[in-house]
Amino acid sequence: MFMRLVRRAVTAPAVVVLVLGAAACGSTGSASPAGADGTAPSPAGDGTLTVFAAASLTGAFTELGRTFEAADPGTSVRFNFGSSATLAQQIVAGAPADVFAAASPATMKTVTDASLASSPAVFARNRLQIAVPADNPAGIDELGDLADAKVKVALCAAQVPCGAAAVKALQAAGLTVTPVTLEQDVKATLTKVTLGEVDAALVYATDVLASGGEVRGIDFPEADKAINDYPIAALTGAPAGSPARRFVDLVLSPQGEDVLTAAGFQVP
Amino acid sequence: MSGRLPWLLLAPALAGMAFLVLPLAGLLVRAPWSTLPARLAEPQVLEALRLSLVTATIATLVCLLLGVPLAWLLARTAFPGRRLLRALITVPLVLPPVVGGVALLLVLGRRGLVGQWLDATFGVSLPFTTAGVVIAEAFVAMPFLVISVEGALRTGDPRFEEAAATLGASRWTVFRRVTLPLIAPGVLAGAVLCWARALGEFGATITFAGNFPGTTQTMPLAVYLALETEPEAAVVLSLVLLAVSVIILAGLRERWVSRI
Amino acid sequence: MSRSAPESPRPGGLRARLVVERPAFRLDVELDVAAGEVVALLGPNGAGKTTALRALAGLAALAGGSIELDGRPLHTLPPEHRPIGVVFQDYLLFPHLSALENVAFGPRCQGASRAEARRVAAALLERVGLAGHASAKPRQLSGGQAQRVALARALAVRPRLLLLDEPLAALDAHTRLETRSRLRRHLTDFEGATVLVTHDPLDAMVLADRLVVIENGAVVQQGTSAEVARHPRTDYVARLVGLNLYRGVADGPEVAVGGVVFSVTERLQGPVFVAFPPASVALYRSRPDGSPRNLWRGRIDGIERYGDNIRVHLDGPITVSADVTPAAVAELDLSPGQEIWAAVKATETHAYPA
Repeated sequence: MFMRLVRRAVTAPAVVVLVLGAAACGSTGSASPAGADGTAPSPAGDGTLTVFAAASLTGAFTELGRTFEAADPGTSVRFNFGSSATLAQQIVAGAPADVFAAASPATMKTVTDASLASSPAVFARNRLQIAVPADNPAGIDELGDLADAKVKVALCAAQVPCGAAAVKALQAAGLTVTPVTLEQDVKATLTKVTLGEVDAALVYATDVLASGGEVRGIDFPEADKAINDYPIAALTGAPAGSPARRFVDLVLSPQGEDVLTAAGFQVP
Repeated sequence: MSGRLPWLLLAPALAGMAFLVLPLAGLLVRAPWSTLPARLAEPQVLEALRLSLVTATIATLVCLLLGVPLAWLLARTAFPGRRLLRALITVPLVLPPVVGGVALLLVLGRRGLVGQWLDATFGVSLPFTTAGVVIAEAFVAMPFLVISVEGALRTGDPRFEEAAATLGASRWTVFRRVTLPLIAPGVLAGAVLCWARALGEFGATITFAGNFPGTTQTMPLAVYLALETEPEAAVVLSLVLLAVSVIILAGLRERWVSRI
Repeated sequence: MSRSAPESPRPGGLRARLVVERPAFRLDVELDVAAGEVVALLGPNGAGKTTALRALAGLAALAGGSIELDGRPLHTLPPEHRPIGVVFQDYLLFPHLSALENVAFGPRCQGASRAEARRVAAALLERVGLAGHASAKPRQLSGGQAQRVALARALAVRPRLLLLDEPLAALDAHTRLETRSRLRRHLTDFEGATVLVTHDPLDAMVLADRLVVIENGAVVQQGTSAEVARHPRTDYVARLVGLNLYRGVADGPEVAVGGVVFSVTERLQGPVFVAFPPASVALYRSRPDGSPRNLWRGRIDGIERYGDNIRVHLDGPITVSADVTPAAVAELDLSPGQEIWAAVKATETHAYPA
């Protein structure tokens, strides 16, 4: 399922313009004042900034995109949200991306190995939670409960970051869990919980938060052993002060941190 | 003869062929031929292939069992709401397969309308089982069979059935000995489409039946997940799926052509 | 309109009143066919012949009336339970079955074993002279052979009522001649009642003992072919048997038809039909001498070849067809639109009560 959300963010209130200017300067010090270089060349051209980002960033980045556009009305931000691995392959295959925000260092490595990006920065961390249906039918309170054969568990497939993290966490706990399914991404895993098809799943805290009240998240200590780093990089060819660099700066700024924290991420 | 070929037809025909065949050529060119034998020997690959062939075949049988009578109902009887029903039958074609999978969960899932009852009464839960894979594939593939068979029934001459009735054949005998043989080519074409669609099914399967090696991980699911980490492996798996389906379909075609 | 008196009830055979309703069409006919008798339903296209046949077979629903065969009600049974055999217009042999399997189909459905059904089928194919084609598929058979297989298939269920829908219409002229005489022999041998639908008067006269003429869903005339041919009661029948037909009022030896007075040999009073063949009409450029009876002036509406002769269509007080020799056409220098005198001999005209 190549679920891709290509969105054109709408212009947000102008109030944020000042905040953005301050944030951009504060984070790296290398960015020019907002708007001074609205005509800076971008690989995508036409004043469009194309951001490829992990699906778990959908909420936070959409908001940051609005902020960015409000500060720089000459640039519109387009997002391509999806599985980090798929996005990395699309970028390697020549997809017109300006910024890549991945859910794992490994997927970012695919892009840096191809010399398409350099010096990625970790901007967020995501930790796992046990997600259970709101009524918690199997009465789960800790990771050990997942090893019960009667408990139906969904995990992400080991090939995707949330699955790799789950494997690490379970190993750290010394548990053997037999899931009924290895889902292709974290959203699909969460859906199985939302619909009550499984009793529990290991997903990111951010996904639990984004699900509203439909799913309950349970913290567990072993999650600390499986923290997922989210790296971001402007793709090669984007000069300092270009919209790509400025977007990365915005994500790394205190304002970016606020948005990410509100979405359930931890920031480094 | 070659000088007489109408270019207005030939040019788009060749373009169409290229359009369909070139992606296949892309897979062949990019295939990691040197590591191919080793990859094929991986037990997971054979497991997924076996599961794909078995589930697609069972799904096709299910579609035949339910779809042919459904097509007959649509083509040969008149009842109120028949047009609406015919439109509804194409729903799985239009529905994104993932949505189809969610819809199946809402009906047959553990908390689904019917699934709840199945679970409570028989202790049967379909998601995450091989039976769930068959259901997801049959759901998505059945319209191909129904539409094909209904078309065959509509273009067929119903007077043969009348002739059979005047010879003393009951409606069931008429269907079995006259209708079915006469629409056999349509049924076979529909079954082939159905099987091919079931074999390539991804979205509804992974959503409804999940993904677990040996139980519900069919080839398309294996291909998708391989794509996450090892694009080369994904190419290999895709080629295997393609090769097997082409060999099977070509083999069947030989048989029909010689028989009919 | 009067019909010839219905047959007195006989022990076997078919007695039916068929009422079938369709949008803008209603069929309402009575049909009596004795066992061993062959009745032809004759009529123009769209008259309702095939509908009547389908009603007898149970393939068209009756809106009214009833069907009785050998004293038992038939209309309450579905087609598969009626003791009927049907030969369809284009035979409808099952294309996926051999000739033998086609013929064996009915006996199998009636519960015969496979071997028994094949034996019956083989015997019937032999009877229609196709023993050598038993394994042929329908598409390998000629039209005449297919017709015979269809007949064998219909007879294989030992029907008490045989229904044939235009059994010869799909054949070319040569095959038709041979197939017609074969069919006649088989129908003569058949012990049940036979109803045959045709629009060809020759088929009807050769094959049937009695004709029932249907027009617009109703019986307009019935009787032996000789009766019908001699005394047509509608334009359709008259054209079919090649007569000019008029309705007139008789007063002794004279019948007034429109503006023309005919002398006839019969002595009748009141409404009558007058009929005479086109060959008995003579044409003249100027008014012939003698009696003004049987003489009128018309305008040539059309001229066409008709066998060895020329058929001239005349308009005027009455419309009439006249058959004249090509020599006469040349001599009279006939051409459409021309005014001409026409006369007919009293001895050639027939009058009978309408």
